[in-house]
Amino acid sequence: MKLFQRIFFAAVLSGLAAGLVMSAVQQWRVAPLILEAEVYETAAAPAEHAHDSATPAVHEHDADAWAPQDGLERIGYTVLANILASIGFAFLLAAVSVLSGIQITARNGVIWGLGGFVALQLAPAFGLAPELPGMPAADLVARQAWWVGTALATGVGILAIARFRNWTGIALAAVLILAPHLIGAPQLAGEHVSVVPAHLASEFAAASLATGALFWLIAGPLLGWLNERFTRAEVTALKGAHA
Amino acid sequence: MNTQIQTATVASLSVSQRVIAGVLALFLGLVLVGGVGFASDMAIHNGAHDMRHSLGFPCH
Repeated sequence: MKLFQRIFFAAVLSGLAAGLVMSAVQQWRVAPLILEAEVYETAAAPAEHAHDSATPAVHEHDADAWAPQDGLERIGYTVLANILASIGFAFLLAAVSVLSGIQITARNGVIWGLGGFVALQLAPAFGLAPELPGMPAADLVARQAWWVGTALATGVGILAIARFRNWTGIALAAVLILAPHLIGAPQLAGEHVSVVPAHLASEFAAASLATGALFWLIAGPLLGWLNERFTRAEVTALKGAHA
Repeated sequence: MNTQIQTATVASLSVSQRVIAGVLALFLGLVLVGGVGFASDMAIHNGAHDMRHSLGFPCH
């Protein structure tokens, strides 16, 4: 198998498997909190627009845009989105591995997964805690930009430690990892009261991060294991061809 | 033994092969994560809504 084919199948399979496991845990522990928060959000919406009880808009949802029906359809699209994002995350890990020349294996896969978790979930969450519908938040585009910048800086920082393994690498990593938090995530000015109860929000933040960690700790080793397996298969095929 | 063979296989790949495969994988990863996690299209937002909240993407 050519290198790209190997990466492609390893990323798709590991993303698919880890995404499915994550989806199950997410539907069990995370999704019910989103649905519960939406009850508060919907209840609060008419009060905010008391002058116009016909206002159908719940947060920024455009009433005209397509949305899945609650129930199986909504779960189906959530699982689909999970799997696409999961495969995307696996591609990112594989790309970093190939471009940096640090091979991902079954044994070091758990460290790769941990790196992915820290860069793409934990570090962004340190500034922008996982949010439930109905929680007040700063401008979306500003938060997305901060999220991307933080993930990128943290990822490059972790890679610097892995690649250089010296004090310069560690110092560079410290600066890169700290910088987004010193700059600070976009915050709403003034006082804003969330319509979502605090216990829901804290349960959600913990469940969201735990589910994400589970995904990464499956995806990393699985990607490494498949990568090694496909490489071995290739070597065997090559030896067979030369025999 | 196996490790040696693997190392040899990886080392024998040319740098350009690695760069091409790596950039392709990076591109696919960014398109997938960017599409479901960040696209502002309302239909995509609504379909991927619960995933965005669950994985900590800024959503609203």
